[in-house]
Formats: sequence, structure tokens, C-alpha cells
Amino acid sequence: MSTSPAITKATIERRAFVADLLKACPQALVITGLGSPTYDVFAAGDSANHFYLWGAMGGTTAMGLGLALAQPERPVLIVTGDGEQLMGMGSLATAAAQQPQNLSIVVLDNGHFGETGMQRSHTSLGTRLADVAKACGVSHAQEVFSENELPALAQRINARSGMLLAQVHIRQDEIPRVLPSRDGVYLKNRFREALGFPC
Amino acid sequence: MNTSTTPVIPWQETIFTTLKQGGIQQVAYVPDAGHAHVIRRVQADPDMRDIVLTTEEEGVALAAGAWLGGQRAALLMQSSGVGNCVNMFSLLRSCRFPFLTLVTMRGEYAEFNNWQCPMGQATQGALELMGITVLRASTPEEVEDLVGAAVDAAFEGGQQVAVLLSQRLIGRKKWIRQ
Repeated sequence: MSTSPAITKATIERRAFVADLLKACPQALVITGLGSPTYDVFAAGDSANHFYLWGAMGGTTAMGLGLALAQPERPVLIVTGDGEQLMGMGSLATAAAQQPQNLSIVVLDNGHFGETGMQRSHTSLGTRLADVAKACGVSHAQEVFSENELPALAQRINARSGMLLAQVHIRQDEIPRVLPSRDGVYLKNRFREALGFPC
Repeated sequence: MNTSTTPVIPWQETIFTTLKQGGIQQVAYVPDAGHAHVIRRVQADPDMRDIVLTTEEEGVALAAGAWLGGQRAALLMQSSGVGNCVNMFSLLRSCRFPFLTLVTMRGEYAEFNNWQCPMGQATQGALELMGITVLRASTPEEVEDLVGAAVDAAFEGGQQVAVLLSQRLIGRKKWIRQ
């Protein structure tokens, strides 16, 4: 099978896009999918409002839902990859059923499993993630092809005006890894502490 | 209004009140008849949120996210769902997230459907292999104390706890609709 046209024509550079997005969403509570999205978010600058996953593949959307329901006044932003989102595809239906106004999922889609040798993922082979999200009832699902679309995307995330999924078509660059802490207890405790909860 | 003709079973009401008093605000589930009353009560409570899942492992991740945001969650599932959760349980131990699940058992007592037996009989072992403490309620009298103890162990003690609601407690499944 041939790789889909959206993958081959992608121009967005992942690190710059993520850094600009986080800068534009300073109030966001952020959960990252394992692998490159975790490195991208950490590379943009560490924060107690970031929760970096190093495992739990397929769990970001459900985890983000639990956080979004508990913290309705804050935008909750998931930054993940196509492989991680594909593994938790059912959780799009679970989250959409709750209609969380403040939950946004940014899928950095290069159509490949980057951490394991760039094998093609389903988004290279015909699955259209933004359409899947729409069909699950996600109130705003879109594809992003250009950095120019970032300000409007950030505005939607900050507005907390309905669940959002943005499928961001990124280049297939392999960028050096930048590794945040793998101490899950530390990451959890500092996240809760920043929100004013005891550890 | 609850228009169902199903009689309220006292130990199921006890589970709801124990969760409510324990400050649980998010209740995630893949449904089972043994949890049906608790689910209905949660749906009718303005301070609690019922979250239906497509697969049980979502509930593990959801509970972790709820705790990050300052809320307590519980996962209701059938024993078959425990198998669906196994890798996601890693999240709980890696980060020491509090965790409470109530598991209705199949495959262990008067089981008609042998397809339920492999996972039902492996449920306790699978939970324990992943570091989750297992409590078991076999009689109605035990339910309140055990569920209360599990709530405390999870959210005061930071433990990961499963309460198995035995098939004998739930009763024989009726296979012919009246």
C-alpha cells in the first residue's frame, strides 16, 4: 500500500510547533504521550503543569478526560502521537460522550511509529484520525497542515469551548531525544502540588 | 425516576453510599448486572459523574488523571475486564497513584457460560501480579466494611486496591427471561 498524500506532503516541524503551541497556551495542564511527544514538550521547557508519560500507551485521552472533569476551569491539553492515539481509539468515544468543554488532543501525526524504527502506522495506510474523532462525537475535529493555523488552534484550546482533536501533519524528521524525568511519583506530586493539592 | 422493576439489593445500595461518603466523584465502568444499581444511583447524583468506557483500561488511566486533578475515581468492572487492564496497571505503580476498583466475579460459582472461566479464575492472580491488593466479599454482611476499608486504603493510604464481589454474593444468573 502507498503512503497517504497527507503524510508525504507534511511540512510542519514538530519541535517548533509544540514550543509555539505551549507558549500560546500558558494556562494549559499538559499530558504527553510516550515517545517523541514527551520529548517535544520537555524540549519546549519543563513545568510542573506537564505530566510526561513514559508508558501507558493508549491511555492519554482517558487520563486527560479524568483530569479535565476534575479541573473544568483549566484547559487540558494532550500532546501525543498517531500510534498512541490509535491504540486508544475507543477512548475518543468515551471522552466525547462526556462532552468535556476543556479537553483538547493534539495528535502529532507523522504516519509512523517513530520510537521503534519508523514502521508505517494506520494513518499512513488509510485511517483518517480527525474523521474518526468527528464520528465519535468530538465537537471540533480538524487537520492541521500549516504553522499558520496555530494561533486559531491555540485560541480554541484556551477558550474551553468544546472537546477538540487536531491532527497535525508533521514531517518525518528524527530529532535527537530530550529526556524528562522518568520518576512518575515526582511528576505526579509536583503536578498536584502546583494545583494546590497535598502530595 | 427509577422505573425499573428490579428490586434494590441492600448490599448494592451500601456500595453506593460507601463510595459517596468516601468522596468518590468519578465512577467509570463497563457495565455488569451486579453494578447496575450503583450505576443508576451515580447517574442520579448531581455531585457524581458516571463515565461509560469502551474498554476497562480506560478507567485505569482516567482514575490517574482524576487524581492529578484532585478528584477520587472508582472503576466498576466485571472480572473479564481485569485482563483488559493489565499493562495499564503499570501506570499505577510507576507513579504510585491511588486506585480503587470493584470487580463483579464470573467463572467461579454456578457458572453456566464456560467462556467466562479462564479469565474469571485468573482474575485475582492477575491483579496480584500487577501489585494490586485484593479483598473479597462473599457475603452481604462483609460488603460495607470491605468497600470502606478499600476506599481508605486507596485514598488515605495511597494503595491500589480491588474488591472482588464474588459470584455467590451476586447470585446465579437467570438465563431465561420471564
